[in-house]
Amino acid sequence: MTDGELLYAYAVARDAGPARDVPETVTGVADEPVREVCHAGFAALVGRVPAAEFEEGALRERLEDLAWLERVARGHQRVVDAAVSLFPCALPLRLATVYHDEDGLRRMLTAGREAFGTALDRLEGRVEWGVTVYAAPAPAEPAPPPKPSGPPSGRDYLRRRGAERRAAEADARREGRAAEAVHETLAALAEAVRLYPPQNSPLSGHPGRNLLNAAYLVPRERADDFTRTVAELTDQAPDGFRIRLTGPWAPYSFVTHDPCVPDAP
Amino acid sequence: MSFPSRLPDARSPSEGSGANLADILERVLDKGVVIAGDIRINLLDIELLTIKLRLVVASVDRAKEMGIDWWESDPSLSSGARTRELREENERLRARLAALEEERPALPARDAEGVRDRQADGRGGEER
Repeated sequence: MTDGELLYAYAVARDAGPARDVPETVTGVADEPVREVCHAGFAALVGRVPAAEFEEGALRERLEDLAWLERVARGHQRVVDAAVSLFPCALPLRLATVYHDEDGLRRMLTAGREAFGTALDRLEGRVEWGVTVYAAPAPAEPAPPPKPSGPPSGRDYLRRRGAERRAAEADARREGRAAEAVHETLAALAEAVRLYPPQNSPLSGHPGRNLLNAAYLVPRERADDFTRTVAELTDQAPDGFRIRLTGPWAPYSFVTHDPCVPDAP
Repeated sequence: MSFPSRLPDARSPSEGSGANLADILERVLDKGVVIAGDIRINLLDIELLTIKLRLVVASVDRAKEMGIDWWESDPSLSSGARTRELREENERLRARLAALEEERPALPARDAEGVRDRQADGRGGEER
């Protein structure tokens, strides 16, 4: 460890014997190589990052810079992803968990021993899938009204507006029910679910209304079932409906026990 | 373990694309194991940031309806460093105007045509 460097920790797993090689292509938040540090029966994936970016003051400023945050978030996710394929179960640490040196990291592994053990036991053999459902964006122009037989009256206008509003409300209700049905079907295959607030277009890059944004904790042996079911739901989805599957993710949404809503069998 | 890694085979049935920024941020920012690092980030700062993002993530339109639009001028959140660009451009133009006025202090209004000719001749502000 040289001056001007800090140790960034990405994920914690059980130390499973001989050190695993993290592929060279997997680089961290500062494009640094990633390695394993083992202590107290656990293995942490870590990388050396410049203090100029990750010490307290710098970090606070940079977290407000969306371009920097995006780069770091993607780097973080890249390494956590690697951890998922390297270990039977890996716990993702929250973004920007940083230590001065390996001593600090070891202290953390010792202190967190019990919590890590419990979480790893609970989550081993399970992965997280993300599913978002979008309705097509509302058409910019409502369909042109039928040609009026006489000169248009105020009453015609109001009647037409009312019909358009009722049609839009009926669409929204139908879409809401369809999204709910998707969620119920998938929740039945999951051990736990977590609902996120809807995503908006600028960040997600999707036009349209986000009706469902959920994470599902699924046992690996049911992964095929789950993805197949998503594919089926996609095929059956009404026009304009978009179902998007992401994953398998490390069990980000389920590392703490309480937020899991076990509304699935 | 031969479990597929997430990005390369991104099995997104309808899109064929991987996780988007919103998918990633909502996970890495405030999910995952929260454990003390040596570098203490004020959690409040992160929470504020998360709130800011959530506002953007959750409902830009709704917020706009309510007249909340600070992120449009917030360089950390607006795609527009646009405002900043405009300000800088404005400053450059002002500087150039000042230079031109210095060169021809008594520029009469009717001579505006003449200024354009001079620039067309390649004798505008660039040569300074």
